[in-house]
Amino acid sequence: MLELSQVSKLFNPGTADEKIALTDIRLKLAPGDFVTVIGSNGAGKSTLMNIISGVMKPDYGEVLIEGKPIHALPEFQRSRWIGRVFQDPMAGTAPRMTIEENLAMAYARGKPRGFRLGVNRSKRAMFREQLQRLGIGLENRLRAKVGLLSGGERQALSLLMATFTKPQILLLDEHTAALDPARAELITRLTDQIVRDLGLTTLMVTHNMEQAIRLGNRLIMMDKGRIILDIPEERKRHLTVEQLLGEFEQISGHQLSDDRIVLG
Amino acid sequence: MIGSLSGAVELGLLYSLMALGVFITFRILDFPDLTVDGSFTTGAAVTAIMISHGNSPWLATLVAFASGLAAGACTGLLHTKGKINGLLSGILMMIALYSINMRIMGKPNISLLGVDTIFASISPLVFMLIVVIIVKLLLDAFLHTDLGLALRATGDNSRMIRSLGANTDSTTILGVSLSNGLVAVSGAFVAQQSGFADISMGIGMIVIGLASVIIGEAIFGSGSVFRATLAAVLGSVVYRLVVAFALRVQWLDASDLKLITAIIVIVALVLPTARRSVKARSAARRRSLELAAAAAAPKQGGVR
Repeated sequence: MLELSQVSKLFNPGTADEKIALTDIRLKLAPGDFVTVIGSNGAGKSTLMNIISGVMKPDYGEVLIEGKPIHALPEFQRSRWIGRVFQDPMAGTAPRMTIEENLAMAYARGKPRGFRLGVNRSKRAMFREQLQRLGIGLENRLRAKVGLLSGGERQALSLLMATFTKPQILLLDEHTAALDPARAELITRLTDQIVRDLGLTTLMVTHNMEQAIRLGNRLIMMDKGRIILDIPEERKRHLTVEQLLGEFEQISGHQLSDDRIVLG
Repeated sequence: MIGSLSGAVELGLLYSLMALGVFITFRILDFPDLTVDGSFTTGAAVTAIMISHGNSPWLATLVAFASGLAAGACTGLLHTKGKINGLLSGILMMIALYSINMRIMGKPNISLLGVDTIFASISPLVFMLIVVIIVKLLLDAFLHTDLGLALRATGDNSRMIRSLGANTDSTTILGVSLSNGLVAVSGAFVAQQSGFADISMGIGMIVIGLASVIIGEAIFGSGSVFRATLAAVLGSVVYRLVVAFALRVQWLDASDLKLITAIIVIVALVLPTARRSVKARSAARRRSLELAAAAAAPKQGGVR
């Protein structure tokens, strides 16, 4: 479904600040794979997300979706296949527009945007039904401005907007990191439910070790721009946080350091 | 007095299309577009030269609209593809348009006296009322289409709308273009109503547009698109009423108008920010005192 071959990315090449962000990344996701990604600060997790979504272009290597090379396309053209939820709850929604208008913009993903009404009666009914699945009462506030919602509510809405058109690939970039524990738990639960229901091929970066083990069917670990460990489903089922951290130290030769790390 | 009142309303409506244009860039795209000073004159120049050469005033107005669209598209291209700062791309286009306008007109002033304009057979007040209502409603409808939503989101959260598949370069160019199209039509109507086009008639237009949008929002609110566009139109009318009143004051000259306009905009921009920060500070103070009092209160238990 999603394939990265020999992807490399360098920041500030040729200057004193040169930094290797990704080196020779090879990754293949089968349809329906739900892969969690962990790693130290600066391991290249966010760069990986940005390269897949098109915010950045790789210096070398290819990104393919369903066998089609897409790494030369700009971000807005890739969004036909890729849904994304950002870490910042403010990033995924437009605050001065209403809930239904935000959903209408997500609904138009991958379609030409023309002079059809963004929100009509049948779309509104569909939006209401979709919002009910979140179970946080947003279905009764369709015409409220998104800026009035809490961070958790906005992130739940972003998650719905990223997924309800069933994109081929779902990218989750530490999307629960900026929320308080209760809200983070809600979003985690919703994520698991939505990804399962729709069978989305998903790549999720997280700093929560317990979450990385509990969710998904595969876990990859990154360090210094490389994928250093790829744990398949059978092993992942019995994995503990201690084992995971031990494994990281053994392979990378240093401790997993992430200033926001949550062990679970 | 009644005469000058209806005159002010008429002017307000004539300039309200310009205010709607400024609303699109300033409020929707969050892009302070100074092209307006040039494109207003372009609209007037194109109309004046075409009408004085015997073309239909309707056709002339339509061509003025197209020339405004083109001018705006240039600014949009400079900003998005040329990656030039928004303010600077507007200023560059404004300066370029001065020369272009001069080329169009051939001389600094063209008179339309004794030539048939749109207003030869119809009262400007009635005509403009109808036109403004139609344009406002069309704009409202457009801003609720898929494309219109993408345009609004470009100013509100461009990162989001890109991740949802809209090309924000295109929507920015579209918005700036549409804005200047409206500004040019406003210039076309003003030239026909006043009976001349002048090379310097656009100077300070952006500030008048901003004043109209800001005054409108302050008085009529901006909760929804419908309200916000209505506010821009009515703000333009209120601005002209204020001006008409100011001109009646003995010791003020007509040339003081631009200063007054600038002061109105400055006050309108500074006041809400200042008020907000004062409010926030007093709220924070009150809340800290409450918390301190709660912490200092003897814990007696029992009452909960």
